[in-house]
Amino acid sequence: MEESPYAIPSRKFTMWLFIISDAVTFGAFLFAYGYIRVATPNWTRPFESGSVINVVIMTIVLITSSLTMLGAGDSAKAGDKAKAMRFLYSTMSLGAIFAILHIREWFDLFGHGITIGSGLFGQTFFTITGLHLLHVISGVIALLVVSMKYSGGKLTPSHVETTGLYWHFVDLVWMFVVPLVYLTNIAH
Amino acid sequence: MSAASASGNVIRRYLPVYFVLIGIFLVELFLSFRIANTATLVVILLLLAVCSATLGLLYFMHLNEERGGLFLTLIPVTIFVLLMMNMWWSDSVRLLHMRPMGQ
Repeated sequence: MEESPYAIPSRKFTMWLFIISDAVTFGAFLFAYGYIRVATPNWTRPFESGSVINVVIMTIVLITSSLTMLGAGDSAKAGDKAKAMRFLYSTMSLGAIFAILHIREWFDLFGHGITIGSGLFGQTFFTITGLHLLHVISGVIALLVVSMKYSGGKLTPSHVETTGLYWHFVDLVWMFVVPLVYLTNIAH
Repeated sequence: MSAASASGNVIRRYLPVYFVLIGIFLVELFLSFRIANTATLVVILLLLAVCSATLGLLYFMHLNEERGGLFLTLIPVTIFVLLMMNMWWSDSVRLLHMRPMGQ
């Protein structure tokens, strides 16, 4: 059989291609947001100390979930299925906590009268964070399916590793969303 | 090396990267309270986010362990597309201040 040009499995390469295309999608949203944000005077700055603490917790939770995902991939590769499953459950739990905190933040904004229909801030904020939240929820569901099938022996450690790539990407996107969408809109 | 110790090592191995990522985030948070000019803040935060993303790509997504060809195939093209997108958006902003069709 001919050797893979990048010496990685096809599924992993396919995931990389998906990640690149998704990165460009997020890039388009964030560039659009960046230009609108800088060009608009009197921009809404709704985030007070409570929201800032929430964002700090959300960020730490998501970065920690990347660490547990690394543990899952490595344990699976080393053949320690029980440990890989524990790491996968930890990652899923952290992802679910992140989603709950995110939704709580949204409802807090709704309480202040900020919705997707309430001007440029609402439109850009809910579009970008909504797209990211969709990725997190999809990631948790993907991890659940992969972990169940991996536990049942239907999937291999390579599948766990490939799903991990997606999860790290979701974490990576958050590193751009937080500074641009939250930290530039803190109420002074 | 046993399977259990191998998976334990990976956490310890990537713990410095984890703390650097959290450190960069805390620096971003600190700067967001210190810098009042939005354009300056956006540029600085974007640069710090690029540093975080590079660490994530290289260590969490193991791009540093893959063959160089994969990196060269994916990353320069992505950066090129994002930079071109940047040109496109800035052009559309500039258009707001121009008078198209000689009007």
